[in-house]
Amino acid sequence: MKFIRNILDTIKPHVQKGEKFQAFHSMYDAADTLFFTPDIVTTSGSHIRDGVDMKRSMFIVVIAMIPALLFGMWNSGNMHYTSMGETVTMMEAFMYGFWQVLPIIIVSYVVGLGIEIMFAQGRGHEVNEGFFVSGMLIPLIVPVSTPLWMVAVAVAFAVVFGKEVFGGTGMNIVNPALLTRAVLFFAYPSAMSGDKVWIAEKADAFSGATPLAELTAGSEAGISHLEMIVGNYAGSIGETSIIALAIGAFILLVTGVGNWKLMFSFFIGGLVMGGILHGIADSFPDNTYLQLCPWEHLLIGGFAFGGVFMITDPVTAAQTETGKWIYGFLAGFIAILVRVLNPAYPEGVMLAILFMNVFAPTIDFYVVESNVKKRLKRAKLSA
Amino acid sequence: MAEEKEPMFSPKNIKLLTNPINVDNPITKQVLGICSALAVTVKLEPAIVMSLSVLVVLSFGNVIISFMRNGIPSRIRIIVQLVVIAALVILVDQVLKAYAYNVSKQLSVFVGLIITNCIIMGRFEAFAMTNKPWPAFLDGLGNAFGYAWILVAVAFFRELFGTGSLMGLQIIPDSFYEIGYVNNGLVLLPPMALFAVATIIWVQRSRNKDLVED
Repeated sequence: MKFIRNILDTIKPHVQKGEKFQAFHSMYDAADTLFFTPDIVTTSGSHIRDGVDMKRSMFIVVIAMIPALLFGMWNSGNMHYTSMGETVTMMEAFMYGFWQVLPIIIVSYVVGLGIEIMFAQGRGHEVNEGFFVSGMLIPLIVPVSTPLWMVAVAVAFAVVFGKEVFGGTGMNIVNPALLTRAVLFFAYPSAMSGDKVWIAEKADAFSGATPLAELTAGSEAGISHLEMIVGNYAGSIGETSIIALAIGAFILLVTGVGNWKLMFSFFIGGLVMGGILHGIADSFPDNTYLQLCPWEHLLIGGFAFGGVFMITDPVTAAQTETGKWIYGFLAGFIAILVRVLNPAYPEGVMLAILFMNVFAPTIDFYVVESNVKKRLKRAKLSA
Repeated sequence: MAEEKEPMFSPKNIKLLTNPINVDNPITKQVLGICSALAVTVKLEPAIVMSLSVLVVLSFGNVIISFMRNGIPSRIRIIVQLVVIAALVILVDQVLKAYAYNVSKQLSVFVGLIITNCIIMGRFEAFAMTNKPWPAFLDGLGNAFGYAWILVAVAFFRELFGTGSLMGLQIIPDSFYEIGYVNNGLVLLPPMALFAVATIIWVQRSRNKDLVED
C-alpha cells in the first residue's frame, strides 16, 4: 500500500489545476480514491450513518457478482466444448471461457470509464463510482459471442444518453447496464437472439437455443431442474446459475447493500403472474410456455439475475418503503407477462425492469401523496 | 402609404431569415413539427422532399395570409388559415404525384399531414397575421430552412447508420460487412429520431447559453 501511495504522491503535483497534465486530474482522482479512502471531511455538522463510502459499497456489489462471473466463464467454455462433443477438464473449460469473457469486460470498462472520465473532467466533477458496477454487470448480461465493437457502441450510447445527460451517477432514470443491453437488443437483434449467439464458436449441428426460446417456439424447455439450478445451459454469460446468484444475493443482503424488499417482491410478482398464467394453461394446450410451473419461471433465464442485481439498483428503484414493494412486484409481474405472452420476446426481465425504472418516480410520488393525505386526515381528527 | 421605405434586405429582414436557422429554430427551440421529424427521417430522400414541400407551403402560405391579414375576421381566422394551407398542400401533393411518384408513395399520408404541421399554423398565427408580405415571406423561408436542416441532418444520420446508404446508394463498403459490421436497427426506430434531435438541441444549447431555460 505504501508503494501505491508513493506513486500517487509523485503524480499528484503534476495533475493539479494549471499544471502540464491537468487534463488527467479526473483520472488521477479516480485512482487515488479507489485505493485510499479520501481524507476530505465535512466542514459543518454532518449526519454519519455509516463509515462506508460509495466506492466501498459499490465494490461489495462487484464482489457479489464474482461467483456469477466465474461460473459464467466456466459455462461459456463448457457449452462450447459440449457443442463440439468434447469432454474437457473443468480448468480447460474455464480457461476457454475466461479468454472469451475477459475482452468483453475490458471493452465495457474502458469505453464506459473513458466516457465518464471525459465528462467528469469537462464538468470539473470527480469521477463517480457508479460505472464500477455497471461495467461488470454488462458482460454478465450479454451473450458470450457478442462482437466487441457492438458492446462498445452500446456502452457508449447507454452511458451518454442513460446517465451523463441526466447528470451522472445517481441522477440516471434507467439502469445503464440494462440500457446497454436494450440498445444491443434493438440495434443488433441478430447478435442478441436466436440460437447462434449463446455459445461461442458453436458446432453447427448443436442446437444453441436458450430454454426460453425453446419454450416460445412451442417445445419443452429441454433442461432438468438440476440444470436450471446449477446453470449449465445456454444463456447470457452470468444469468444462468441459481447457485452463483444465490451466493451473490446472500452477500448483498448480509451487507445490506441490496434491499431485501425489492428482491423479495420481485420474486413474488413473478410467482403471482406465473401462477395466473399457469392457471389458464389448460385452455391453451398448444402454448408450452403456459404449462411451465410458476416456480420454474424463477429458475430459468434472466429472472434470478434481474431479481438479484438489477432490481436492487438503489438509484433507479423506488425510494419509499411502500413504493419498493409496488415497484418490485410490478417488475416481476410484467417480466413474466412479457416472457409468456409476447412471442417476439422470449425474455421479458430486461424490458420489465426498464419499464418500471421509468415509473419508479411516479410510484414514489403517489406513495408520498397518500401519506400526506393520511396524515392530514389524522391532523384534522385530532384538531 | 409607405412613409419610410425599408430596404429589402435590411438587417432586420436578414434576421428573419437567419434566426430560425439557428437560435430560433422551429424544431430545436420552438419545438414545433416534431412529429414529422420522427416520421420521415428514416431515409434522406423523403426528408429532403418533405422539407421542400414544407418550404413551398410555408413561404407562400405566409405571403397569402399576410396579404389577407387585414380582411380576415379574427373569429374565423383559423379556418381561413386552414383553407390556405390545405389548398397549398393539395397543390404540392399533386405535383409530387405527377413528378416524383415513388417519393410521394413513401411519404404517403405525411404530405397530407403537412396541413397539421404545427410550424405552419404557428408561423401564420405568430407572424404572417401581423406583418407585411415581404417579411412574412422571409420568415416563412427562414423557418422552412430551419426545419429542413434538422430533418436532413437527422435523416442523414439515420439512413447512414441504419441502412448503410445515403439517398439509396450504398455508402458503407461491403468489406466492412465482411469483417462483421452490422447495420444498427435501433436507428431506424422512431425513438432514435428523438435522440438525434435531442443531441442537436444539446449541442446547440451548450454552445449558446442564452437558449437554456430553467
